Amino acid sequence: MKKERQVLVVFPHPDDEAFGVSGTIASHVNMGTPVTYACLTLGEMGRNMGNPPFANRETLPSIRKYELKESARVLGISDLRMLGYRDKTIEFEDPDKLTNEISSMIKELDPSLIITFYPGYSVHPDHDATGAAVVRAVEKLPVEKRPTLHCVAFSNNCVEELGEADIVFDVSAVADQKFDSIKAHQSQTQLMMAGMAEGLKNQDPEVMARLNFERFWTYKY
Amino acid sequence: MDPVNMKSVQDALEGFLDTEVYVHLETTNGAYASHHNEQFFSAGAYIRNAKLTYERAKITGAGPYRVGLKIPFGWVYAEGITHYEQDDKGRLLLAGHDYDGKLAVALQISTTPFE
Repeated sequence: MKKERQVLVVFPHPDDEAFGVSGTIASHVNMGTPVTYACLTLGEMGRNMGNPPFANRETLPSIRKYELKESARVLGISDLRMLGYRDKTIEFEDPDKLTNEISSMIKELDPSLIITFYPGYSVHPDHDATGAAVVRAVEKLPVEKRPTLHCVAFSNNCVEELGEADIVFDVSAVADQKFDSIKAHQSQTQLMMAGMAEGLKNQDPEVMARLNFERFWTYKY
Repeated sequence: MDPVNMKSVQDALEGFLDTEVYVHLETTNGAYASHHNEQFFSAGAYIRNAKLTYERAKITGAGPYRVGLKIPFGWVYAEGITHYEQDDKGRLLLAGHDYDGKLAVALQISTTPFE
């Protein structure tokens, strides 16, 4: 993995960073690169409330805020920003407002690498809208000034239409931190963690692959 | 939240009769339903802080439960309600959790706007 000057991660939900990119984040942090994580919402509309439920629609935001801070802590993210949008509303927001907010972060931080979702290939409308806003902000920069843009994609058609991911990081060296990041989002990952722990114990190839490798598509303008 | 107790919920619903209240109503299959099953038709609706008054309210069914509010020119209802809570702000939170414990429906009533 190349040493970056500054990494900017932009996702809409607490826990978006945990599954697909927490190993990559931890690796950058461990190399001494400052990482900023801009999280657009608090995942207020999450459906997982614990089973039996320990959260409800009104307590979920503060629970997820705490979980997000905990995940950032275990990954060593020094700059966590909560942008205050509401879950499931990103696609309805004023696109210029979103673009400008991301543009001003790019101007302030001058990242050499930005990580977000690949617009159109990321399933959740908030994911696609967030990725689209980042792409618009980067596109405003002159070509030679644009940071590298690594996108996460996981729609059923992503490989068919985008080809295989061009960036695959082996993050097995920081698997513990990744596991802790996922675990930090307890309200959302309780169910999944049980299955994952079982998979780890049995060295289930699918679970191991998900934990040990992180895939990105370099955005093509 | 606790599993629905019909009498407690009915009493709480009646506590807001003829009072201006803010209502949160949502129903959802989750944003990943059609991703996990492409045959699944995902639908949902959401309204937060609709201001209204109701003149009649009832919880019914054998569980999961249905809750209806009669408003001056129409109705509000939710089905699939399994849990309830009256929180420390006096708000009535009703929710329906599916077999995995995931929220599928919520109907909430408060005299002050939800944040």
